[in-house]
Amino acid sequence: MRADDPVLRIRSLHKSFTLHLRGGVRIDALRGVDLDLFPAECLVLRGPSGAGKSTLMRCVYGNYAADGGSIRLAHEGGWAELVGAAPRLVHALRQRTLGYVSQFLRVIPRVPALDIVAEPLLMRGVAAEHARRKAAALLERLNIPTRLFDLPPATFSGGEQQRVNIARVFIARYPVLLLDEPTASLDEANRAVVIDLVQEARRDGAAILAILHDPAAREALATRVFDLAPRLAEVA
Amino acid sequence: MSEQAVLEVRGLTRRFGLRTAVRDVAFELWPGEVLGIVGESGSGKTTLLNCIGGRLPADHGSVMYRTAAGYSVDMLALPEAERRKLLRTEWGFVHQNPRDGLRLDVSAGGNVGERLMALGHRHYGRLRQAAVDWLEHVEIETARVDDPPRAFSGGMQQRLQIARNLVTHPRVVLMDEPTGGLDVSVQARLLDLLRRLVREIGVSAVIVTHDLGVARLLADRLLVMKGGEVVEGGLTDRLLDDPHHPYTQLLVSSALSV
Amino acid sequence: MNHTSALAGEEGYNFAFLDEQTKRMIRRAILKAVAIPGHQIPFGSREMPLSYGWGTGGIQLTAAVIGRDDTLKVIDQGADDTTNAVSIRGFFRRMTGVRTTERTDEATVVQTRHRIPETPLSEGQIIVYQVPIPEPLRWLEPRESETRKMHGLAEYGAMHVKLYEDIVRYGRIETAYDYPVLVNGRYLMRPSPIPKFDNPKMDRMPALQLFGAGREKRIYAVPPYTEVKSLDFEDHPFEVERWEQSCALCGSNDSFLDEIVTDDQGGHAFVCSDTDYCTRRRAAGHEGEGMPEGYLQPSEAAEVLHHPPSALRAPSPSGGRDSDLPPEGEGGAQRRKGDASSGTAFRAGLRP
Repeated sequence: MRADDPVLRIRSLHKSFTLHLRGGVRIDALRGVDLDLFPAECLVLRGPSGAGKSTLMRCVYGNYAADGGSIRLAHEGGWAELVGAAPRLVHALRQRTLGYVSQFLRVIPRVPALDIVAEPLLMRGVAAEHARRKAAALLERLNIPTRLFDLPPATFSGGEQQRVNIARVFIARYPVLLLDEPTASLDEANRAVVIDLVQEARRDGAAILAILHDPAAREALATRVFDLAPRLAEVA
Repeated sequence: MSEQAVLEVRGLTRRFGLRTAVRDVAFELWPGEVLGIVGESGSGKTTLLNCIGGRLPADHGSVMYRTAAGYSVDMLALPEAERRKLLRTEWGFVHQNPRDGLRLDVSAGGNVGERLMALGHRHYGRLRQAAVDWLEHVEIETARVDDPPRAFSGGMQQRLQIARNLVTHPRVVLMDEPTGGLDVSVQARLLDLLRRLVREIGVSAVIVTHDLGVARLLADRLLVMKGGEVVEGGLTDRLLDDPHHPYTQLLVSSALSV
Repeated sequence: MNHTSALAGEEGYNFAFLDEQTKRMIRRAILKAVAIPGHQIPFGSREMPLSYGWGTGGIQLTAAVIGRDDTLKVIDQGADDTTNAVSIRGFFRRMTGVRTTERTDEATVVQTRHRIPETPLSEGQIIVYQVPIPEPLRWLEPRESETRKMHGLAEYGAMHVKLYEDIVRYGRIETAYDYPVLVNGRYLMRPSPIPKFDNPKMDRMPALQLFGAGREKRIYAVPPYTEVKSLDFEDHPFEVERWEQSCALCGSNDSFLDEIVTDDQGGHAFVCSDTDYCTRRRAAGHEGEGMPEGYLQPSEAAEVLHHPPSALRAPSPSGGRDSDLPPEGEGGAQRRKGDASSGTAFRAGLRP
């Protein structure tokens, strides 16, 4: 694989939702998207609300199942096809290749923040001590007070939860990062930290696909923009 | 990805009289994977679990299990002696009600040590030490090792039941609503513990639950059952965030928040 | 003793009470039991002229194996003169006319409740145990279908849980009666409520051992010279009880001792539980330290009180009925002592 080869190649991606509880209404969210993502770039998805930016990102993460087309991802020296992939392939991709900062932090209520951040490393078999040290360093950098490390994030503010969410993705140095509004609900100082983290990852060669409504963050991070057209009306 | 499934269920069917409680269910379970089976009560999920675990005979189908020794056996066709031996060494079964899975009047240590004694361990001191180690694992005060679980809280009893099952390092654990009947805060602790144990021991698990929140946090993959059949299966977050089958959509939309 | 002269037994009854069909049925069960040492064989337990719990299983076994040339000894708690023993001996004398004896070495058939004689049994002898509950796994598993499966598959590991619990509670294995054994390396067996002191006697015993449970309708057996191993742990090996005292009457310090109350002032003494063994040691000139002052010798007491002499002996742990299982997990010697005060109340014996 050459350095200028894409690490993510999307071809004629289709995604629709059939809402059975609403009389079988079908929503075509993505109709034939083609996209390439290269290492060391930050590609920002642009388009009006409802254009399918989050849907596209979730299809790449395997969170939504695409109806048709192809999503190929460079994974452990080869290509992995995500459309129709077996769940455990998706798991392997998520463990090794794909990091996703979603807008929500969904974790077991009782687990302390530090362990949540360390978990991706633990899943890879990294020693617990080492993983916790890295997690603590990252949380500190994101200005989470040390006294919160041992508390479950359910009690944290929205901004704090978001930073825990960011930390648990950036700890693992994924080659492909999906960032859905990583700086929303962050103050100036923390936004700057996150921008630094993303820049560092990109300079290290990570390929980044981002949704950034915040103009300052977009200005600082975007190396390329991908426009998504607004979707057609619902089809009955 | 070249590894082999630890469990392959094929065409599993169980009838009760004219009613088919489980119809033609098939799935694989991979090493280290937690598979959740969700559905309303009466959907056949517990019957399915009981058939897989040999607690209820199936009418049709096979449950191919890859043993620790590396050979493949059909648990449903295996001679009973071998099947029961595997069930109490390489398999575990965690009941919803700890009373069904524990000896309430036998000390916690005796409960944990029972499987080891069944395997021929005959050294009291070492048995008790193994029990102490396991109590630590499941976050029960080790000073309680000689107390009978009758006096334990529901959460402690459930953790003890898990320790009792895991002491032989089983490769497959079946759990029937393991967090049912527990307070929410106790549930969270148990969920965390189960996740940690699954990761540390590398056990594969099938968990039956009607609670989609529990399924989301514990399971890597879900099967949705309705009327004895699997109507949809897939990656847990995909299935809950992008449900396809009408019934799955109904189930997800009816849950409080998952 | 008029009855002893009636060679055919009581008129109007078949020899040994049971009809020949029934005896054959029981003998078939015995043969099966002998063929599979320690394995419980169901049999069609008959109504006997006494209620379950008084030794109906043992009586049916004895009735099935006894012949006119046999010599019968019956003991209860080691004693030939306790009510249960006296009554059963009387029953067989009436029903068979066979010779009876108190001497272990003279007997060809010994029926026992809760003891094995101290005098070693030899080839050609049969010992018949009265069994209240035959199933050793019952405490673990109430379902008969399941315990049968456990026996079938030799799934006995959980049995150690019971002994484990003893050590948890008392620091050692406290099960003192009906101590579980593994027969011939295969079947787990309840030896009936004999003290564990007697367990080693079962191992490779030259005599045939038969066990009968009347209410539960089970027969099992240990053929001569069969291995009988008491369950234990490596770091808590099986041990029999020992006494610091020796028998006050015969001075024996290696027989099973009963603690008996000698007066109402708290006086007590230890004597052999096996009366025949004790009597013969004394006849051979052995002597103990003697009973406390004021204690009536059994023979004197019998004359004075018109009582079976054993009424003055402290009762053994469970009184007269087989179904009164000894309480689990209490110290044997301690319990014997504890029961002594309320002793005679247990001595109901067979009703006339």
